[in-house]
Amino acid sequence: MSPAKRYHALTIDEQKCMGCTHCMKVCPTEAIRVAGGLAEIRADRCVDCGHCMRACPVKAIYVEQDDLQNIQSFKYRVVLFPAVMIGQFPEKYTEDQIYAALLKIGFTHVFEVEQPIGILKTSIKEYCRKSPDNRPHISTFCPAIVRLIQIRYPSLTENLIKRKAPHDLVAHFAISELKKQGAKEEEIGLFYVTPCNAKISSVKSPVGETESIVDGIINMDAIYNRVMKAIDDSEAADTSARRQNLTRDGILWSLTRGEARNFGERSMAIDGIHNVIRFLERLENEEVPDIDFLELRACDQSCAGGIMMTGNRFLTVERLERRAKRYPPTWKLQNSPAIKESKQLKQKLVADTIIPKPAFSLDKDRKRALEKMARAQRIICFLPGIDCGACGAPNCQALAEDMVNGKAKMSDCIFLQQMWENEGKIDTKKALRNVEKKWGEKRFQADCNKRGRRNEGF
Amino acid sequence: MKLQFTIEGGNFSNAGHAASEIKKMLKQLGIEARCIRNIVIAMYEAEVNVVAHAFEGQILVDIETDKITTEIIDKGPGIPDIELAMQEGYSTASKKVREMGFGAGMGLPNIKKNTDEFYIESTVNSGTTLKMINYF
Ligand SMILES: Nc1ncnc2c1ncn2[C@@H]1O[C@H](COP(=O)(O)OP(=O)(O)OP(=O)(O)O)[C@@H](O)[C@H]1O
Ligand code: SF4
Ligand SMILES: [Mg+2]
Repeated sequence: MSPAKRYHALTIDEQKCMGCTHCMKVCPTEAIRVAGGLAEIRADRCVDCGHCMRACPVKAIYVEQDDLQNIQSFKYRVVLFPAVMIGQFPEKYTEDQIYAALLKIGFTHVFEVEQPIGILKTSIKEYCRKSPDNRPHISTFCPAIVRLIQIRYPSLTENLIKRKAPHDLVAHFAISELKKQGAKEEEIGLFYVTPCNAKISSVKSPVGETESIVDGIINMDAIYNRVMKAIDDSEAADTSARRQNLTRDGILWSLTRGEARNFGERSMAIDGIHNVIRFLERLENEEVPDIDFLELRACDQSCAGGIMMTGNRFLTVERLERRAKRYPPTWKLQNSPAIKESKQLKQKLVADTIIPKPAFSLDKDRKRALEKMARAQRIICFLPGIDCGACGAPNCQALAEDMVNGKAKMSDCIFLQQMWENEGKIDTKKALRNVEKKWGEKRFQADCNKRGRRNEGF
Repeated sequence: MKLQFTIEGGNFSNAGHAASEIKKMLKQLGIEARCIRNIVIAMYEAEVNVVAHAFEGQILVDIETDKITTEIIDKGPGIPDIELAMQEGYSTASKKVREMGFGAGMGLPNIKKNTDEFYIESTVNSGTTLKMINYF
């Protein structure tokens, strides 16, 4: 994959997609359109937040994943998973039992992603201290937020902290730990369990590295099902040694305020991408007070609400908070051999400057962009302002913008078309053909078995 | 392209509306982020001044290929001593306005800092007109 092209993990299943407006309506960047009865995602605007997946009533949007069978080709089969995973399991299963199940599935080594958190915490603190100009410092933990800032708030890219996220680091951490045990690099297979599609994209096309060192990605819901099948109620072996580098801060890191609690005199944590957008609008206008640190997450309840998480997000948070209390704070482990000897890891922490990728301009040429904008403003006068989505665009304004870019036409608006019919400007047959082009042939015929007939899923 | 917005004196919950609208449009024109930031900050400060200090106002925006011209015309008490008002830290904001987080006396100086050209005219007991130009 060329680094210029971004990897997006979301795919639309054309067999399942019934052509409705749910995904299009919730997309925070207006990246979705419907045509020919199918939703399509515009890659340059997609931030991988996964909101469309959540909204789809027929589960037509899915995330590709690597085959779990692939692990068998390695001697050291390592599963890397975020601590939040533990939180989604029913309470009756202990950490030992969950770890035992992962080993039973076929992994030889188990690493929770947040183990090297102490190093990251120190590094972020240092970065914030040394770059006082770019405040508020914005966390780069959530890849969907980083991408949102790149495309929609380009002036804020300078505020992004130039440090990588735990999921970028743990692979290096695992390799260095296994090498200490005598493993050769080519014998190690690293498999990352992800709570969301945003992290897939960032693991598959990491910034500043030519290729990912992770050998495969496993979706959280898939591993959940596998573990639930393999898990055993009986007494499991003590696996606490495998968690000796895990800390309280690490366990809480991916939850809301998990980062914010650690940094700055004044810090804020905002979860839910629509909340984040409202706040960034203000931040961009300098309408906010002096804040030192901003933790922004695309999902409600942060990663506990990740699109591929199975448990109830609030129960997940509750379990993790209780779990965290049993673990030592990070400073107690700062002298542990694994953390102390990880010089190499410290270098890996530094991330490249994140460049703006504005995706909302109407035209590369300013003069033409201005003309298009003026034209869109005139078109808006004719559209009804109902924002119904029946044209295949999320709202009237978006349709007008699509029109000036040659991607839509006046007759896409069903109300305009209705008026034209009334005025005898267009014949009824042609009008129907027009709507069928958007929503699919025979889409409007009575059929009790049509896809999504009763909005399954609600 | 010409645009027009109205400002309601005393209504802080609506302040910043015009600035946000303009910001969205400038992004669509592909204007450089830093430039947009300057324009939006200046505009927001001017809007808030009308809300905080005057009765009602109007914003006239003209976007051309090389620049944006904004006029903010208000009906209000006017500014008796413009030179004084332009000084950093000078403010006549009421206690109520200060409690809302405004009134540091930084608005007008900030507008000047963030615009390429800035003109201000005021008649006591009549109103104030600001004109600002930013080149892209
Ligand atoms: N549109 C206006 N009408 C009447 N008086 C104004 C207007 N704009 C500014 N002033 C006067 O000029 C003073 C300085 O304005 P400036 O915007 O610099 O500070 P401020 O509005 O008081 O505080 P801040 O902008 O920092 O919240 C104001 O306190 C007010 O007396
Ligand atoms: S909040 Fe967590 S789960 Fe949700 S998109 Fe961001 S990184 Fe992924
Ligand atoms: Mg002011």
